[in-house]
Amino acid sequence: MDKKYKVPIGPVHVGLKEPITAWLDLEGEKIVGATVRPGAIHRGIEFMARDRNPIQVIYLSERICGICSFSHVIAFLRAVEDAASIPVPPRAQYIRSLVLELERLHSHMLWAGVACYTIGFDSAFHLGMALREKVMDVLEVLSGNRVNYGVATVGGVRWDVTPELAKTVKQMVKYYKQEFAPFYDVVTADPIAKARLRDVGVLTYEEALRYSAVGPTARASGVRCDLRESSPYEAYGDFGVRAVVPQDYYGKAYGDVFDRFLVRVHEVYQSLDIIEKVIAGLPEGDIMWEKNLNKVLAFLKKAEGTGWASIEAPRGDDTHVVHLKGGDENVTWWKVRAPTYANAVSWPLMFRNNELADAPLIINSIDPCISCMERMLATDSTTGARKVVTRAELLEKCREKTRRLMQNGGR
Amino acid sequence: MVVVSLIMRLIAGAALMILVAGLAFLFEGVDRVVHARMQRRIGPPVFQPFLDLLKLLGKENIVPRRAVPWAFNGAPWVAAATMLLLFLYIPMGSLPPILGGEGDMILIIYLLGLSGVAMAVGGFASGNPIANVGAQREMILMMSYELPLAVVVSTLAYVAYKTGMPGEPFSLETFAGMSVWGVVGKVGFLGILCLFLALVLVVPGETGKGPMDIPEAKTEILEGLIIEYSGTNLAMFKITFALRATAMAAVIVSIFFPWSLGSFLGFGSVFLYALDFLWFWVKVFVVQIIFVTFMRTAFGRFKIWQASEFYLIKVAGLSIAGMILASIGLVI
Repeated sequence: MDKKYKVPIGPVHVGLKEPITAWLDLEGEKIVGATVRPGAIHRGIEFMARDRNPIQVIYLSERICGICSFSHVIAFLRAVEDAASIPVPPRAQYIRSLVLELERLHSHMLWAGVACYTIGFDSAFHLGMALREKVMDVLEVLSGNRVNYGVATVGGVRWDVTPELAKTVKQMVKYYKQEFAPFYDVVTADPIAKARLRDVGVLTYEEALRYSAVGPTARASGVRCDLRESSPYEAYGDFGVRAVVPQDYYGKAYGDVFDRFLVRVHEVYQSLDIIEKVIAGLPEGDIMWEKNLNKVLAFLKKAEGTGWASIEAPRGDDTHVVHLKGGDENVTWWKVRAPTYANAVSWPLMFRNNELADAPLIINSIDPCISCMERMLATDSTTGARKVVTRAELLEKCREKTRRLMQNGGR
Repeated sequence: MVVVSLIMRLIAGAALMILVAGLAFLFEGVDRVVHARMQRRIGPPVFQPFLDLLKLLGKENIVPRRAVPWAFNGAPWVAAATMLLLFLYIPMGSLPPILGGEGDMILIIYLLGLSGVAMAVGGFASGNPIANVGAQREMILMMSYELPLAVVVSTLAYVAYKTGMPGEPFSLETFAGMSVWGVVGKVGFLGILCLFLALVLVVPGETGKGPMDIPEAKTEILEGLIIEYSGTNLAMFKITFALRATAMAAVIVSIFFPWSLGSFLGFGSVFLYALDFLWFWVKVFVVQIIFVTFMRTAFGRFKIWQASEFYLIKVAGLSIAGMILASIGLVI
């Protein structure tokens, strides 16, 4: 008798925030094999962008993801500014950094709450969600919105930090420095939470390097990688950000879900420090390179070139590449590489020697953003068949495209 | 006379079943509100479980194509019926159980086990791999907590037998009639305390709540063994779940907190029964809030092997320590 059987986690699952399927081969409760099948939430955003000018695409890029919406906007704008060589005033850079860190705060708190929910620790989940409300309120004060802030624009930001807002932000930092520790203690001191998180979904240092894990997932494995440290963008050069790795705090990096939890917790404190520095060192001056939107659009229409930007989103490196063609109002092409795409390849490794009970936790542990990740889906409309493009095919297609681009002179 | 007595028992039994089911749902509603308040939420209305039940009773039963229909449809009814039957063997305050003398603590453990097995059978019969996993987990969990439960019950019976407590050693009425804490010495008291803690730790496993909601783990296996259930069948399972929590609390109260309020206040016959009946349910309610609601608020969920290890090593160790201490207490 074959003792193995298959159980699907997803595509729609209580423990998962977004649709993705993991087909698990089980022997009893033990996972012996896993196949991850994405492809349920592809929306073709990059294609839509080709009918829109860069200002319009800002709002599109904001809707790639609900949690890291501002990271995508900044990555896109930096790519556009790189392509068209547009300078950003220092005050705008500080405000962008501020909102990026506020976003990191709420993203990490959401993740910590969801991780607790996945292990059935509902009380900590509700505590985390209650804590998160404060930063959402601050974002609402700043921009009027809780999710898609609409703060940034080409060459600057649209909303200035007023003294009242600065005061609100300072209050928020004070609130979190008091209130976040109890949440952290509740989870790390809880024996059941520790039993559920420790040594689950292990990704070693070597594997994290070999499979190009990014963001907190890589840092939890002990890899010192943080774009805010290694290639500072916006105002991060002024703050001396250091990558948070567990070995600095606890002597050893296990690379398990518990370490991912700890890394995110310490990044929350790091973000609070950065926010304090931003508010303290906010330079005076303009917040926009050019206030007249028509002038910006006219400039972008003339601009020619490819720009790229890579920033440290809450989940890891978010890379955008944009091409603008002189005389063409619209974005010629745009490529998004979200951090989940890099982290998702580590899933099958993390599933090794774990149990069915851990599967949703492991999927959640990299903080997946499936809608960020799904940038391509091959379908055959004649037969209705969907197929996943293999690596060799993808490589060949990639080379083919490079050749085509070389021939057309950058187009 | 026999016929009259039988009819009386039937009427009393039916009335008790309805009352108990209502109280169990009321307790569940309060449990949900208290749980929510401890998490800084508002929570559902207290009568939400009743509304859920009414809604489910009016819904269609969907039987999956790959299910075994008779087992799939039968399991919820068996589970609910066993749990209702269980209350006929529990003395309520100063009132003797309706079917007293015909069943003892061993029968109660078997009835609890039977409803668990019925749930597992329903899960296996669903023909769904996830329900299958849930049913497997239910069986493993049952096998794990049966050992400490058996140790607790047999030790208590031994203590009752040796100290000469009036009544049958294995009967719940013996413990309901006389506090077990008083008859043992200092060492024995410690032993009984260990047994009490062991039984309390079995409660989450038996009720499928708190850190032991593994067979019905929502975020892991999507409610596990009840994943395919809907309509009346699901309503029966809801009744079972609500009753299991109340039944365990009632057993704990009968064994460890039998103190009568009526005789303490020096009440007469009818008042004594009425007051003690109410007092019994107040105690059950308090026990349920402390050992079900607080536990499930305070902790996350174990993995099945961790739960199994917890019961077979830690809780069983605790109960055996209680057994040894209680035995020593009887000797010295």
